[in-house]
Amino acid sequence: MEDDAPVIYGLEFQARALTPQTAETDAIRFLVGTQSLKYDNQIHIIDFDDENNMINKKVLLHQAGEIWHISASPADRGVLATCYNRTSDSKVLTCAAVWRMPKELESGSHESPDDSSSTAQTLELLCHLDNTAHGNMACVVWEPMGDGKRIISLADNHILLWDLQESSSQAVLASSASLEGKGQLRFTSGRWSPHHNCTQVATASDTTLRGWDTRSMSQIYCIENAHGQLVRDLDFNPNKQYYLASCGDDCKVKFWDTRNVTEPVKTLEEHSHWVWNVRYNHSHDQLVLTGSSDSRVMLSNMVSISSEPFGHLVDDDDISDQEDHRSEEKSKEPLQDNVIATYEEHEDSVYAVDWSSADPWLFASLSYDGRLVINRVPRALKYHILL
Amino acid sequence: MAAAATAGSSPGSGPGDSPEGPEAEAPERRRKAHGMLKLYYGLSEGEAAGRPAGPDPLDPTDLNGAHFDPEVYLDKLRRECPLAQLMDSETDMVRQIRALDSDMQTLVYENYNKFISATDTIRKMKNDFRKMEDEMDRLATNMAVITDFSARISATLQDRHERITKLAGVHALLRKLQFLFELPSRLTKCVELGAYGQAVRYQGRAQAVLQQYQHLPSFRAIQDDCQVITARLAQQLRQRFREGGSGAPEQAECVELLLALGEPAEELCEEFLAHARGRLEEELRSLEAELGPSPPAPDVLEFTDHGGSGFVGGLCQVAAAYQELFAAQGPAGAEKLAAFTRELGSRYFALVERRLAQEQGGGDNSLLVRALDRFHRRLRAPGALLAAAGLTDAATEIVERVARERLGHHLQGLRAAFLGCLTDVRQALAAPRVAGKEGPGLAELLANVASSILSHIKASLAAVHLFTAKEVSFSNKPYFRGEFCSQGVREGLIVGFIRSMCQTAQSFCDSPGEKGGATPPALLLLLSRLCLDYETATISYILTLTDEQFLVQDQSPVTPVSTLCAEARETARRLLTHYVKVQGLVISQMLRKSVETRDWLSTLEPRNVRAVMKRVVEDTTAIDVQVGLLYEEGVRKAQSSDSSKRTFSVYSSSRQQGRYAPSYTPSAPMDTNLLSNIQKLFSERIDVFSPVEFNKVSVLTGIIKISLKTLLECVRLRTFGRFGLQQVQVDCHFLQLYLWRFVADEELVHLLLDEVVASAALRCPDPVPMEPSVVEVICERG
Repeated sequence: MEDDAPVIYGLEFQARALTPQTAETDAIRFLVGTQSLKYDNQIHIIDFDDENNMINKKVLLHQAGEIWHISASPADRGVLATCYNRTSDSKVLTCAAVWRMPKELESGSHESPDDSSSTAQTLELLCHLDNTAHGNMACVVWEPMGDGKRIISLADNHILLWDLQESSSQAVLASSASLEGKGQLRFTSGRWSPHHNCTQVATASDTTLRGWDTRSMSQIYCIENAHGQLVRDLDFNPNKQYYLASCGDDCKVKFWDTRNVTEPVKTLEEHSHWVWNVRYNHSHDQLVLTGSSDSRVMLSNMVSISSEPFGHLVDDDDISDQEDHRSEEKSKEPLQDNVIATYEEHEDSVYAVDWSSADPWLFASLSYDGRLVINRVPRALKYHILL
Repeated sequence: MAAAATAGSSPGSGPGDSPEGPEAEAPERRRKAHGMLKLYYGLSEGEAAGRPAGPDPLDPTDLNGAHFDPEVYLDKLRRECPLAQLMDSETDMVRQIRALDSDMQTLVYENYNKFISATDTIRKMKNDFRKMEDEMDRLATNMAVITDFSARISATLQDRHERITKLAGVHALLRKLQFLFELPSRLTKCVELGAYGQAVRYQGRAQAVLQQYQHLPSFRAIQDDCQVITARLAQQLRQRFREGGSGAPEQAECVELLLALGEPAEELCEEFLAHARGRLEEELRSLEAELGPSPPAPDVLEFTDHGGSGFVGGLCQVAAAYQELFAAQGPAGAEKLAAFTRELGSRYFALVERRLAQEQGGGDNSLLVRALDRFHRRLRAPGALLAAAGLTDAATEIVERVARERLGHHLQGLRAAFLGCLTDVRQALAAPRVAGKEGPGLAELLANVASSILSHIKASLAAVHLFTAKEVSFSNKPYFRGEFCSQGVREGLIVGFIRSMCQTAQSFCDSPGEKGGATPPALLLLLSRLCLDYETATISYILTLTDEQFLVQDQSPVTPVSTLCAEARETARRLLTHYVKVQGLVISQMLRKSVETRDWLSTLEPRNVRAVMKRVVEDTTAIDVQVGLLYEEGVRKAQSSDSSKRTFSVYSSSRQQGRYAPSYTPSAPMDTNLLSNIQKLFSERIDVFSPVEFNKVSVLTGIIKISLKTLLECVRLRTFGRFGLQQVQVDCHFLQLYLWRFVADEELVHLLLDEVVASAALRCPDPVPMEPSVVEVICERG
């Protein structure tokens, strides 16, 4: 087995929030936020040393409350945003804030002190995203290509666009829109499209997917009943501007072309319980990662609807002998859409999966019991895609 | 002297002849002849005759033999015989010689008498001839006199005779001339009287003569007249021909006459056909009128009868007449007729097809088959007459097409019947709920549906079977013997229907309207059972029935029963799995709403089990009853059968305590994780939406799994106050009390509920569990 074994890291607390450190492109680094009602919550900065297959971790205290969602600024390695629960007077409110981590942790110091001895450091609060008028924050997303000045937050049925000013110390509500309709409409998730000059955001609420134009804060498209039940997550194809993936409680992952909202392009039904997370690989969009409460993580190869449906267009005949892994099993015809691997290292529901921002062949998944697993794309497939 | 000669020759006839007498002579001689033949063929006489060997014919000692040699014979006697025998033979021989002598004398006497009488006769004849000679002389002189007279008379009459002959010749000529001179008037008369045949005959007779003598002015005049009249005659004939009021035979006569008049056959045959076309088109028009824009009054049978007698009959007549009249035309003429027939035939077929198309919707197959039969039968006659026009093939093709369409129609009908059954079931499912009655007889509905579909299939088979009945004229065509049975009926109709049934059923699984619940779950359940029944028995039954009724002779590949069964089973499985999902979803939604909408932080101390939980148990029980109506019980793990409620609850509550008690003490946050992880190490992973088996327990297990997993996930998203946790505890205990009995493995329910409570405890900042005894009391009360 030439594939490296997965690397497992255990947190002491329950955890749901996971993000790669988006602005970091050299080191493999993930941020994990914990959920504990009784103790101070933490943000674990997890550094993965690819060469030694080792994990280095730093812990930051996040005293404001248990973390439900975390996202890292695409421009500044030290800046991140969290959504956290604040309990007061037998009321729970989910707030959001932008934080800065201590300078020396930003790049994951290598002369790591033995963290058990040193006291955990605390995050520096940059600004609150004031949601008193809007309700519980579901998630915060950064403008993907920008300078880290614009973020969108989803609060109950509102979608809020913030401008961070004065080196992010102040968040100004630039514009907002809200869903009107019967019943309690609530956003569950949202993603910012990297295409169209970053003017589009897609959100999920109940069973519906909606696209928004951030300039006018108006709805562009709406996929009603995208899933039979609640939509849990969605993601944009990084290379094909109209394609997005969504997942939900009907155990399905669906791929959409937003120009045709009546019919999904493709549907995967492999998980045996709700699918909580779906992520496109940043470079090779045929690789799709999903995490589900059946405690499985699946890596699928959606060749037919990717931006490289026929594989890499490099003539591979002349270099065929250089690599011994380039195997006999590699066939000439385009691969079928299929599930490449199912990862069963988790024993509880997996609520978050994500790709590393530095290494496109590496991803992390996080289950509720605090287990973080770092896995790689199988080598055979990697070489197949590359060569 | 003659007698002496005869007597002298007589001993040569052989000494053996006379003693044995004349009666023995014949067989003896015959035998001799035979003997020679046999000798020739190399057979020994004795063997062939089958009697003891006779005397050798070549034996010179044989007295009667041809090669008798007296010397040898005597030698032999002398050498072989004793004296006594020698003496005997001597006396014997002497006696024989004497007898021969006396015989010879008698013969001589007899012959002498005859000789004398013959001499007498000859003498008498001499006298008679002398008399006759005289008379002959007299006759000769008389004859000479007569000849003389006759010659004289002839000479006298010669002159007259010549004159008479001349006169007779003149008379005949005059008669002919008279005929010729009268010809114009006769012709005119004939034309006036309408005796065209007569006129044509006259004309034919005179034609050649007139042609020959046309250089004489008088004849020319006659000829001109005749030509004028003939032209008129021809014109009239044509006129009559064109008017066409008189039927086909008269027309044929006209044409025949015109042909005799030397009209160009080409033109005539064109005209004839054009005329026939007119009439046949008339027929077609009347047929078309029957079709009409308005609903057709006569039924199909009548229509084809009309078509058969009117058009096809007419066509037959025309074709027969044509072939008779224009046989001389050769292949070109035949080709013309074929083209004519083809064209009209195709129009007729178009009409028939239109009519048949109107029949497509109709239900009465027997009428249609009879109509087709007549249609097909009728076309045999012209088909045989005109093989080139390909009428029979076209007719067969039409029949086949209709048969195919009919099959399609029946398939459609079966589908519609199936859908109708489904609608009925839906209504039946919806109705009792309004009436407030519990439990619509699902089994009964299932039986109804199954039997009604089966009867529809049988009816269709019977209807289609008419096409292959022996007495139907087209049933022995290769299509109806082979392809129709195998590809059409078996594959197209039966297999097609079963497939479409499966597809229809499966389409209920794919409907995206999971929220709306467009399909009542009971229907899914019923369909699933139906498909399963099909898999086990019905499919093979139907196919056997079909194969029996339609003895399939075709060797083309057919779908095997096993494939269909597999499809049906797959459908049944999908339906049941979908049923589980739908029902699980209903309960899940209930649980989710109950968890999501409640404010768990500020809830009061639990006094009761929440109504939702009771509802969940009620619904589960209802589902259990529903599934129980159609599916067998299935197997549980052995332990559950005798675990009473009491022992179970004690067991479970003690487990609960042991399980999450440590987490209440705020010492180590790790413990819960550790414990739950260890717990998980030993328990199997639960596949929530796993496929189910065909039994009640498996179905219920699936539904409960889905519901409890939902509960778990929802609980994890909330934060609980102390009493919130206690409420969850109470609820879970209540569920535990009532749900274990439905599932295959009660451990599963324990595990999931434990996890729910543990998760709730984790999500509680102030986890103080309720006393198990109190929990039990509340649950007992609720």
